Amino acid sequence: MEIPVRFLPPIVWLVRLLVGAYPRWLGSAPTATQRIYFANHTSHMDTIVLWAALPSSLRANTRPVAAKDYWDKPGIRGQIAREELNVVMVDRSRDDPNADPLEPLRDALEHGFSLIIFPEGTRAAQSRPGPFKSGLYHLANEFPQVELIPVYIENLHRSMPKGAIVPVPIICTVRFGAPLGRRAGEDKDAFLARARDAVIELAV
Amino acid sequence: MNLTLNETFLAAFCAIAILAAAGTGVGQWVASRTLDPLRVTRLGILNSRIRASWSVLAVFTIAFAIGPQALLVVFAIASLFALREFVSLTPIKPSDHWALVVAFYVVIPVQYLLLGFGRASLFAVFIPVYVFLLLPVIIAIRQDTERYLERVAKVQWGLMISVYCISHAPAIVTLPIKGYEGRGPLLLLFFLLVLYLTDLLQIIASAALAGPALKSNPNKTVRGVAAGAIAGTLLGTLLWWMTPFLWWEALLMSAVIVGTGFLGSLVLSSVKRSLGARVWDTEIVLTRGVLERLDSLSFAAPVFWQITRYLWVIRADV
Repeated sequence: MEIPVRFLPPIVWLVRLLVGAYPRWLGSAPTATQRIYFANHTSHMDTIVLWAALPSSLRANTRPVAAKDYWDKPGIRGQIAREELNVVMVDRSRDDPNADPLEPLRDALEHGFSLIIFPEGTRAAQSRPGPFKSGLYHLANEFPQVELIPVYIENLHRSMPKGAIVPVPIICTVRFGAPLGRRAGEDKDAFLARARDAVIELAV
Repeated sequence: MNLTLNETFLAAFCAIAILAAAGTGVGQWVASRTLDPLRVTRLGILNSRIRASWSVLAVFTIAFAIGPQALLVVFAIASLFALREFVSLTPIKPSDHWALVVAFYVVIPVQYLLLGFGRASLFAVFIPVYVFLLLPVIIAIRQDTERYLERVAKVQWGLMISVYCISHAPAIVTLPIKGYEGRGPLLLLFFLLVLYLTDLLQIIASAALAGPALKSNPNKTVRGVAAGAIAGTLLGTLLWWMTPFLWWEALLMSAVIVGTGFLGSLVLSSVKRSLGARVWDTEIVLTRGVLERLDSLSFAAPVFWQITRYLWVIRADV
């Protein structure tokens, strides 16, 4: 039996109670500009925490990008992903070698949504992010008008370390940095390194 | 005076509401007229305390309407926020995860349920004895011995302050004092009023009286703290009619509350600084700084509970 999400306590309240998810706007302001938020990935809760840290007026128009194999399941998890977060599902399995995994992201950007992405692709065990995958680079080139906002999620790996099932309440802050500028003629590796540094810079 | 519980509460409620309204008005008026930066910060703190008193008033009214069980829920949530804050400041390792799961999801509910079911004797030893012995076992099972004692000690300390000590405030309600049956919430109100009015008076007096500031709290001056403490004790004496105490007993108990409250804020500010907390966040978010707000309560509540229980419950039976 499926419980409709609207009868559950608001997910944002739960997140606030558990980990706070206090936003700190350090280099940008919460405005309705179309954006790609890219953040470090340390826990399954990252997606919800970053989304909950945004003001409610922006949440409606911002869609997190998440792995289909984790979120697209029957039950509460899938319901939260589809009905509350309005997740853009990405297929990590690559069953069809010709399918472009970025296609649903392009589609969402063309419809005017802002996106939340975790360019590491997988969770890091430590507080520093691992190397970034190339998706962010391609999207940045194809959508030059979209602002790229680096985000650092602090402390969440302590709330739910890799392998843990139950999250522990710990105060987390979500830091939003200044938009990452584009440089003409910059190659992929240099761009991704610069993007990763922008996230790390917020960690200090 | 022989007022009923509801009449007494109504009287206290009206008095506090008038004070809070006056405080809000005067605070805003003075803040809009002064330009001296030091005074502006102190007035800002004063105004934020007055605003906080409104939320305390709201919580208390709801608890009075629903019953003492609601108070347990309110203080259990306060414990959760305080422990969350303590753990956030403490360096812990991923292998402590299960100990924290037990601390948050087992110890907090059990401690408040014991209180709710009136098991006062088990309530008083659950964390200092049973949890004290259980936590090191949970952490030892993981066989991670790096800084073992330090990690165990910090989790235990956090539980003692933010769960054990804070839970003694709602425990005041349940004390079975002869001739004071059913009026427990008033004793808690007396305790909280003495504690927080003293704090408020100390801040006001510090803004008025110059002199060297306290090392533990730059917003209070030495002279302001002394003057506020005396005023708070006298104010508690004037509230003797709410309590089971005679006027001079109320004077001594108020002095105990004020004294232990001061020591509590002194100790917790040292703890916070030894944990390397950054200069306290200026933007006060709803739950951030719960530990700071409850620092004096966490010391005053267990002492007040123990003394009242010994002198007015146990000795009265002999």
